[in-house]
Amino acid sequence: MSRLLALIVTALLALTACSGSAASGPKTLRMTVWTANDAHLKLLNEIAAEYKAVHPDVTEIKFDSIPADGYTTTLTTQIAGGNAPDLAWILEESAPDFVSSGALAPIRSKVEKADELVPSATKLWEKDGELYAYPFSTSPFGLFVNTSLVKDVPAKWTWEQAMAAAAASGKGLVLPDFKYQNWAVLSAIWRGWDANAWSEDGRSCGFASAEMKDAMSFLHKAIFTDKAIPGPGTTVDFFAGNAAMAVSQISRAGALKDAKFTWTLVPLPSGPKGDYAVIGQAGVGVLKRSKNAEAAADFLGFFTNEANSAKLAQFFPSVRSSLLNAQTLAKSNPLIRPEQLQSVVVEGISKGVVKPSHQGQEELNQTIRAALDPLWKPDADVNAVLDDVCAKIKPLLERK
Amino acid sequence: MTFWTYRRRDNLVGYLFVAPALLGSLAFVLIPLVLVGWYSLNEWNVLGGTFEFIGAENYQQLLNDEKLRSALVATAWFAVGLVVLNLSLALLLAVLLNQKLRGTTLFRTLFFSPVLVSLVAWTLVWQLMLQPEGSVNGLLGFFGIDGPNWLRGESTAMISVIVVQVIKNVGLNMVLFLAALQGVPAPLYEAAKIDGAGAWTRFRRITIPLISPTILLTSIITIVGSLQVFAQIAVLTQGGPGTSTTVLIYYLYQQAFQFHHFGYGATISVLLFVIVAALTLVQWRMRRKWVLHES
Repeated sequence: MSRLLALIVTALLALTACSGSAASGPKTLRMTVWTANDAHLKLLNEIAAEYKAVHPDVTEIKFDSIPADGYTTTLTTQIAGGNAPDLAWILEESAPDFVSSGALAPIRSKVEKADELVPSATKLWEKDGELYAYPFSTSPFGLFVNTSLVKDVPAKWTWEQAMAAAAASGKGLVLPDFKYQNWAVLSAIWRGWDANAWSEDGRSCGFASAEMKDAMSFLHKAIFTDKAIPGPGTTVDFFAGNAAMAVSQISRAGALKDAKFTWTLVPLPSGPKGDYAVIGQAGVGVLKRSKNAEAAADFLGFFTNEANSAKLAQFFPSVRSSLLNAQTLAKSNPLIRPEQLQSVVVEGISKGVVKPSHQGQEELNQTIRAALDPLWKPDADVNAVLDDVCAKIKPLLERK
Repeated sequence: MTFWTYRRRDNLVGYLFVAPALLGSLAFVLIPLVLVGWYSLNEWNVLGGTFEFIGAENYQQLLNDEKLRSALVATAWFAVGLVVLNLSLALLLAVLLNQKLRGTTLFRTLFFSPVLVSLVAWTLVWQLMLQPEGSVNGLLGFFGIDGPNWLRGESTAMISVIVVQVIKNVGLNMVLFLAALQGVPAPLYEAAKIDGAGAWTRFRRITIPLISPTILLTSIITIVGSLQVFAQIAVLTQGGPGTSTTVLIYYLYQQAFQFHHFGYGATISVLLFVIVAALTLVQWRMRRKWVLHES
């Protein structure tokens, strides 16, 4: 027995000896990203190469692609396992958890011209006046329309008209990321009714509000009565030409490069409460626990400076006011016309509301997903389901 | 007298031989097992980097957790459904394929082949087949039956997960049963036949008692396996609709890896460990009653 114990102690000592290396000398940086797109990675590696050329102490900058599905889970598992990256992309829905937990290092002093960042876009990443991640991609939702299927597209639809057109096309409207799971995507529709998942301070539930009930009733009718939206369990790909319209983020336009059909992009239709815009966001932050946090923050400053932001903007719309105009955007977005960029991107970013996010988002996500499941049936009682959502998430919202 | 006596040298050689296996089970079984027990007594905030001893608080939460109760119920349904369907189908197939007829080898291979297919690939294909417009409903439509939306209905989702799992693994139990059936001495059947026993009596009085050790083995493997079903749930239903297919291990995954409650997740895995250990122990104790050779 004592021999076994000695063996355990030796093994543990060997393990701790390995992990105690010093932070001086040549540094390597690792950034977790959820893109595996060759064009994206090529640009990221170009920026990294430029940085390494002037910072010989940084010998390697590695971009570690983790699939978007389960990205945050993988990232937190790496952190829990003591294998945290130096920098990480962070989804808007995890922003409150990462920013409030103290996992990220402050970066405002490292960001070039930090005061030209659009305030509506940095709000999510700030705490007590300090910036904890740089919102490198701010991507408004718009309505992509397959004009091979829908000929008549006005500059601005109402939701009623858009759904009628979708139903008439016989192919329907899809929300590619929704899949009857990721309910937060529906905010791109219910904001037109002025509905919210929860109040501004995040303490009270918004699902049982009259606005939300109206919006969800509209959605339920569109799915099950008008058949304007394909029902649960079916997979319809807009980008392959199988749907008439898609509510999606502008950053998805790249998927239409080789499209076999003609298409256009219009702003989100207006709801009963008028015009609105919804944006999805992604930030990049420095993990406080990184041994090279200082170098990582320095690289982040370079990665997001004006020149590099302009380059990144072709894939990831920038929140720098100097870059936020149709002319600049048009240079790097050959697929989208300047007037579309103006109406969807520029106005979207300055007016937009970010998709709902909250501390403990993942637990809320799963609870709401489960509570909303009974809604996706033809005979659902919309009001009762929404009241139940609030009953289920109340303890989570009130928890501190 | 030297230190390296023959005895000591022999011992050293012995230890060196078992060292790789010992180190492996130490690093990947024993240490994690102890650590999970330790984590379950702490609150571990991964993002904030805090690790705080809270004693039995997680275990208290376990007692008051309503979602855990629904997960246990789902787990029980799944386990019962899986074990009953899997064992009876495996035994039926084994008995049918134990005949000396042309083509049985082909059928044995056919029923066994899903065992060799990658689990996730298997599940993904079934996910497509179970779509409302998928091939399962297409086949049902051929017979004039309007199939349901399998993965979106509360009871049909559970049935789907069970059936997908049974078809995947029934071949393994079938092979074990086949081997056991072939070990039953033929003279026993002949003697029973002469005494006037019918096919059902022969099956009940001779076959079942003689293959009872295999029935015990397969039921233990299948029950323990049913408590560890994860990939199928993650791919097919993500625990839904509602929480109808959120079984214990999927709930554990949600708590630890999605909600970042690693301490509580560890507590649930201690519970799972206790359940598996208790079930195995009960079955092992019952073997005297069930298994012919043990009485």
